[in-house]
This record gives sequence, C-alpha cells and structure tokens, in this order.
Amino acid sequence: MATRSLFRGRALPLALVAPQIAITLVFFVWPAAQALKQSMLIEDAFGFGSEFVWFENFESVLTDPGYHNAIAVTALFSIGVMLVSLSLGLLLAALVDGITSRRVGAIYRAISVAPYAIAPAVAGALWFFIFNPTVGIVTHWLGLVGIDWNHVRNGDQALLLVILAAAWKQIAYNFVFFLAGLQSIPRSLIEAAAIDGAGPGRRFVSIVLPLLSPTAFFLMVVNLTYAFFDTFPVIHAVTQGGPGNATETLVYKVFRDGFIGLDLGRSAAQSVILMVVVAAMTVVQFRWVERKVHY
Amino acid sequence: MVEGGTRSRLVRHALICGLLAAIVFPVYIAFVTSTHEASTMLQGVIPLLPGPDLVPTYARVLATGIPTFGDLPVATMMLNSLVMALGIAIGKIVISLLSAYAIVFFRFPLRMLWFWMIFATLMLPVEVRIVPTFQVVSDLGLLNSFGGLIVPLLASATATFLFRQFFLTIPDELIEAARVDGAGPIRFLVDVILPLSRTNIAALFVIMFAYGWNQYLWPLIVTTDPQMTTMLIGIQRALSGSDELTPWNLVMAMSLLALLPPLAVVLGMQRWFVKGLVDAEK
Repeated sequence: MATRSLFRGRALPLALVAPQIAITLVFFVWPAAQALKQSMLIEDAFGFGSEFVWFENFESVLTDPGYHNAIAVTALFSIGVMLVSLSLGLLLAALVDGITSRRVGAIYRAISVAPYAIAPAVAGALWFFIFNPTVGIVTHWLGLVGIDWNHVRNGDQALLLVILAAAWKQIAYNFVFFLAGLQSIPRSLIEAAAIDGAGPGRRFVSIVLPLLSPTAFFLMVVNLTYAFFDTFPVIHAVTQGGPGNATETLVYKVFRDGFIGLDLGRSAAQSVILMVVVAAMTVVQFRWVERKVHY
Repeated sequence: MVEGGTRSRLVRHALICGLLAAIVFPVYIAFVTSTHEASTMLQGVIPLLPGPDLVPTYARVLATGIPTFGDLPVATMMLNSLVMALGIAIGKIVISLLSAYAIVFFRFPLRMLWFWMIFATLMLPVEVRIVPTFQVVSDLGLLNSFGGLIVPLLASATATFLFRQFFLTIPDELIEAARVDGAGPIRFLVDVILPLSRTNIAALFVIMFAYGWNQYLWPLIVTTDPQMTTMLIGIQRALSGSDELTPWNLVMAMSLLALLPPLAVVLGMQRWFVKGLVDAEK
C-alpha cells in the first residue's frame, strides 16, 4: 500500500475520517453484530424474552423447504438475469461499435445507456403494466397467438417477468463495459485477420471474444451481485414474492420473515448467511481485479 | 468494421434499431398511456399512439396525486426524492473525499484499520441487514426524517476507493511544490486537490444521484408518514391496488416522472458517467 505522508499530525486526519467511520460503526458494524447476536437467539416477537440457542436458528433455516425454494428461485433468477442482460449488452455493444458515423453512434449510445438511470422499482412498474393480466398490451398480443398470460396465477410466468424487468435495466451497464472493452481492441488486429480472409463472424469468435473475456468475467460477477441484492424492488413492486413463493428470492425472504413474519431470529440467521455470500463475492471480485491489472 | 458494404451497414442499423425499439418499448407504452383518459384502458382498448390528455394528466398528478391513496401530490414526493438523492450524493462525495485525503496524505494511528473498516461496508449491503439496521435507526429516533433516510446510506467504499486511487496518481512534483510554498493540509486540499478532482466528483455525482433517487427498500421501511413518501414508494402503493381500480394513466405518468430526474442527470453528464462507471470498477 503506497503512502505519501505529506503532512504530520494526528488530530486533523482523525477528524477527516471521523464522519465516515462513525457512520460505518453505527449503521454497518453495529447492525451486523446485532444480526450475529440475534441469529443465535430465539425471542418472541413482542420482545418479552429471548433465549440463547447457539446455531439452532441456522439449523432450522437450512433444513426449511421454504429456504431451499428461495435458494432455487435465487439461482434461476440470477442466472436468467445474467444471461439475458449479458448477451443483449454484448450484442448491442458489438453492433454499435461498428457504426462509423459519429453522430448516429452518439444517438445509439445515449439510448443504450439510458435504462441505467431507471430505478428497478420503475422498471418493475413498466413491465408489470405491459404484461398486466387485464390491461397489458403484451398480454393481449400473447392472447392472439394462443398464450394465456397471467403471472398473478402462474409462478413460472411471474419468475420470467421479474427476470425480464431486472435484466432490462442491467443491459445498459453491460453495454457500457463491453463497448469500452471493444474499443480497446487494436484495429490492426481486426484488419490483419480480415486480410487473412476471416469474415466478421470468424473474427468475432477468434479475436474479439477472447480479448473480451476478462470484461465478460468481471461483468458476470457484477451481474450476479446485482441480481442477488439490487433487485428486491422489482420483486416487491411486481409480484411480492408470489404467487405462493414462486418469486421469493433469498433477500426477499429476509425481508418477509423479518418485517412481515416478525421471526427475528431466523431472519437474522438468513442475514448472516447472506453476509457470508456477499463477502465471498467481494473477495472473488477483488482477487480478479488484481489479476486484471496484469492482463 | 472492415467490410463497408451498403447492405451490411443497413442490416446493422436495422438490427440496432430493432433492439433499441424493444428496449424503449415499455417506456413508450407508459408515455402513451399517460396521455389518454383512464376510461380508455377500461374499455379494453390499448392505444398505441399518444392521446390528447398529456397536459391535464401530468398537471393533475403533480398537483393532487392519485385518489387511491390519500391524494398526496406527486410534487411533494418528487421533492422528497430530490432531497434524499441530493443528500446521499453530496454527503457520500464529501465524506469519502475527506477520508481518502486523510488516508493518502497523512500517516496517523490505525490508518489501515480505518481503511479496511470502510472497505468492509462493501460486504454489508443494507438489503442483507434490514432488521438490525432498522432497529438502530428507530432507537436513534430517526424514523420518518430525512436524517434517517440519508445518513445510514452515506458510507461509501466505492467513492473512497476511487478518490484514493486518484490521489495516488497525483505527481510528486506537485506535492513538493506545495510543500515548498508552505501550504498547510487544508490549504493544499482546497487549492490543489479539489480543482484536480473535478471530473471525479462529477462522475461520482451522476452515479450517486441515480443511486440515491432509486433507493427503495430503505425508504419503504423507514418512512411511514405519508408526507415523507418518496416517488418510488408512491408508485409501489399505487400498484398494489386492484387492476380494475388502478388509474393506469396516472400511475404511468408517475412512473415517467420518477425516471426523468436520474435520466436527465445520466444523459446530461454522459461523458463523466461512463468515465465514473469504468473507473469505479478498476
């Protein structure tokens, strides 16, 4: 870790880091410690008493079929979001990268980046509307070709809908990174391949994709993190975890068990499990970023 | 592309336009719906072209809100969201810049411990510690206040990292020159570091404004007072009614109003935004 220690003194630097540290302690470290403590207690929801039970909460969470369902839903949902948003982001970036006209390219880029700004909750509202069972326009079209769309009753359709809404917003983010990656590929490489007689498809598979693989891997991690933790609003606004618990992801279950079910011990145990998952993901991301430097 | 045939160019443009049309489609339908009367939807007609009611719909939503829940004017919600977004964006930038400055330019006790503690916040997104964080805010008496909405979200490992990386690239000559001129730490921060950090601040502002405006789970649990409702929570409440009674034109108008401010910031500052996004991940 490089240091430049230009100035001496103790009071001033401590005062400068104090606000960030205070917020971190009060709103991050302390609640995380509380979650750990609560995850080992069983208390009644009215706060009259609690009993220290070691790992009983974890045991009951991990053996609960509802939790297994949430793991399966989260896996399906995350992989779905990742595949849809990565492939469309890459396709769009590859197409836009080849646009020679500066002005047209700028317009395409602006439209492609725009969805980044849209809140997951708004994305949910818009998709909820076009797929609405009674008034949705896509529902109407699907009806014309004989598909009965009703995500309020059909769990698979509900899951598909939240995947689409969540992936839609993320395309923009992937587009930005793929485009930056594509633009850093030396033109001379592409031209040399063209002279050797490789067509556009062959060039993409043999040259562009391998050079993009670090970007793609990095985006996979980011998209997984996004699908895991940032998509709560989509699910809450569109399906509320339903029908039944067909769209209940791990994060949604923490919320549902803690705030609606008031089952604090088990909600805290789930929080602790999720923290371990985030920590692992963060480590993977940073280990990989270290590698990216040498790339 | 190396091949520059007219046909392949046309195909490329057609593909892009098709993809972008699909991406923009939900927003377009929302816009069309917001320009018709609610009764149009209920007759089972789904219009594909804008109607005549653009101005009345938006004027009504902004001034009186949606009748299904308490008639809170959307203008009030917009203002709440704006205060929250600006508070989060500015607050994050200020405290991150200060702590990165201290960590890079000073040597003081436990320097690395502080740094890793800030880093650890990356591993604790609010989504995974909802209940205990809510309890802390409630114990501090911050429920239903802007303080409760903003302060718990201010710690930012990303912004601190970005500033730290940037400060480490500042050439030694500049620091030497400042030292020779006898600039103190505060003076050096204000006269040298801040002007140099302008683009980084702009880039972070775009990302953090969008982040703040789009907060959902936190306002959902911290604000129960209708007067504190933010845009997104307002939309969620409007959606949770039954389909037949939902005034879709008003809800869609609200959705569009909710996506305008962050969209304006992202598109208006696109250059910094892309730079910030790519830098923040390095």
